[in-house]
Amino acid sequence: MIQLQNVSKIYKNGTVETKALNNISLSIKEGEFVAIMGPSGSGKSTLMHILGCLDTPTEGKYFLDNQDVSRLSSDELADIRKNKIGFVFQSFNLLPRTTVLRNVMLPLIYAGVPREEREERARRALIDAGLEESCFNHLSNQLSGGQMQRVAIARALVNNPSLILADEPTGNLDTKTSERVLETFQKLNIKQRKTIVLVTHERYIAEYANRIVHIIDGSIVEDNQNHQQRFINNSQKESLTL
Amino acid sequence: MKFLDLLQEAYSAISMNKVRSGLTILGIIVGISSVVAMISIGQGTQREIQARIEGIGSNLIVVLPGFQIGPGSQVRSSRGSAQTLTLKDADAIQKQVPYIKAVAPEVLVRYQVTTKGANTNTLVVGITPSYSVVRNIKVEIGSFISSRHLRNLSKVAVLGPTTRDDLFGENVNPIGRKIRINKISFTVIGVTQPKGGTGFINQDDRIFIPLTTAQHFLIGDDYLTTINIQVQEPEYVASVQQYITDLLLARHNILDFQTADFFVMSQSDILKTATSITSTLTVFLAAVAGISLIVGGIGIMNMMLTTVTERTREIGLRKAIGAKNREIALQFLTEAVMLTLIGGIIGIVLGWLGSLLITKFTGISTKISMFSVLLAFGVSAAIGIGFGYYPAKRAASLNPIEALRYE
Repeated sequence: MIQLQNVSKIYKNGTVETKALNNISLSIKEGEFVAIMGPSGSGKSTLMHILGCLDTPTEGKYFLDNQDVSRLSSDELADIRKNKIGFVFQSFNLLPRTTVLRNVMLPLIYAGVPREEREERARRALIDAGLEESCFNHLSNQLSGGQMQRVAIARALVNNPSLILADEPTGNLDTKTSERVLETFQKLNIKQRKTIVLVTHERYIAEYANRIVHIIDGSIVEDNQNHQQRFINNSQKESLTL
Repeated sequence: MKFLDLLQEAYSAISMNKVRSGLTILGIIVGISSVVAMISIGQGTQREIQARIEGIGSNLIVVLPGFQIGPGSQVRSSRGSAQTLTLKDADAIQKQVPYIKAVAPEVLVRYQVTTKGANTNTLVVGITPSYSVVRNIKVEIGSFISSRHLRNLSKVAVLGPTTRDDLFGENVNPIGRKIRINKISFTVIGVTQPKGGTGFINQDDRIFIPLTTAQHFLIGDDYLTTINIQVQEPEYVASVQQYITDLLLARHNILDFQTADFFVMSQSDILKTATSITSTLTVFLAAVAGISLIVGGIGIMNMMLTTVTERTREIGLRKAIGAKNREIALQFLTEAVMLTLIGGIIGIVLGWLGSLLITKFTGISTKISMFSVLLAFGVSAAIGIGFGYYPAKRAASLNPIEALRYE
């Protein structure tokens, strides 16, 4: 589903050139849960921006659903993001003083979904993201961090994207809520066969994915598809895989 | 993005910071309401002057003497000062020009007028009976100048209501009382109906006396100040104007129209002049008020720029979930236009109320026209677009990655 072929990204700052990504090739199949792991400055954010069609590679090609998206205009990229990609950010990025439902419905406005359908779809996405129904009409700033991230996950889900990109989704959460958010991702991956790419700098978080891509200084140094996937507890593992 | 969604997004963004939006809207309210009130004053004045000119009479043509030019001199004195029109000209017009209903020659002199215990300086108008028809004058008490008075050179006078108030006091019946004009005693035989209060020329401060009496006892010559002509139907006014010009040119032995020693003006000519003056007044007043509108517009721009900076992350998010640059620009533009339109609507209402208060407390007549309301509405929308464009463009041009990282 995702194919990166010899992708490089070079930033120019005056005369100084910085190579953020160096000749990266990577393919991700549908239904995979991939963690991109690396220390800060390793180029993992740049990789995520390219995967998320927020940026285009300087060299190389990027195929998303067999479409070459590496040379598109900003409007065409916006269309791809709208239809195929859902983002989850470290700092949630919810609209302040706006209800949970309206936050989740936001992508549907740009997608041109009829008004009558929006609330129903938002509710379904929120249930899938595991948020209690009593919170649906709360304002975004009345929620806890974990709840906010669930709303953000619901917002990423609501357009039914082929790819969910999560950039340090647990970076602002404590361990307990982090686990619950990761559990949510696992559920979405296993039960709904969602393709998820998670960017993190912690191995402990990366182990919740079923494939870990390790990136250092703009190059992939390890691509482990057969590691022991971590689950919150074993009973959950069974309930998920059943 | 649908139009309704755009409005809803803009509305919720504006209501997010009510105090700031309110203050910005206030700037527009002040601007729009003062423009509306000022235009209403201009247009009210215009309407009042128009009514005044139309009130002089209907289908009216006036003939005035030309400039007075001294022998061998090029210096012109004011219009109407020459002594070129006579009663014979008036008679010739009456007899030879078709479609005429009435001709009323007049002489106009300013005199000190006295009674026992009071005096005033006012215009004394020498007239014929047809003057009342042509200039639309009605008598309130007593009677008007008759042709018998004219034949007998009677020393009788009809007072305008203001002059009556000045000489005898308000609501006093002065019929039969004596007044002295230039030391000659006249008997008051009537008082005219008021023609309308304020204005730069008070038509109620007049004394009417027979034309022959005025020429014989007061002025001592045969010349006229004005010949008033009433035409039968409005469509004949232009051709009658031409007839009179031709007739008088022939009578005065003048070949070239440029050197004519008289002016023939119709009511619509006078109206045109007055309208051009009041239009200038209206534009001037609106321009002064417009300055405050521009200040209001700058307020909008200031607020929108602050908003764009504050909401950088939100803009980044919207772009990440698929908003195009155009949609972002449109959203911020809609917010700006919504602010100015809300301000515009409240401003129109306040300006309208303001003009009512101006009329109530100062007596200046005002008029709110559909034109000024539409203008105010259009201008406020244009200000929203004009001053909202730059901030909207700035929002649209943000790089989504940097916007998402913005602290």
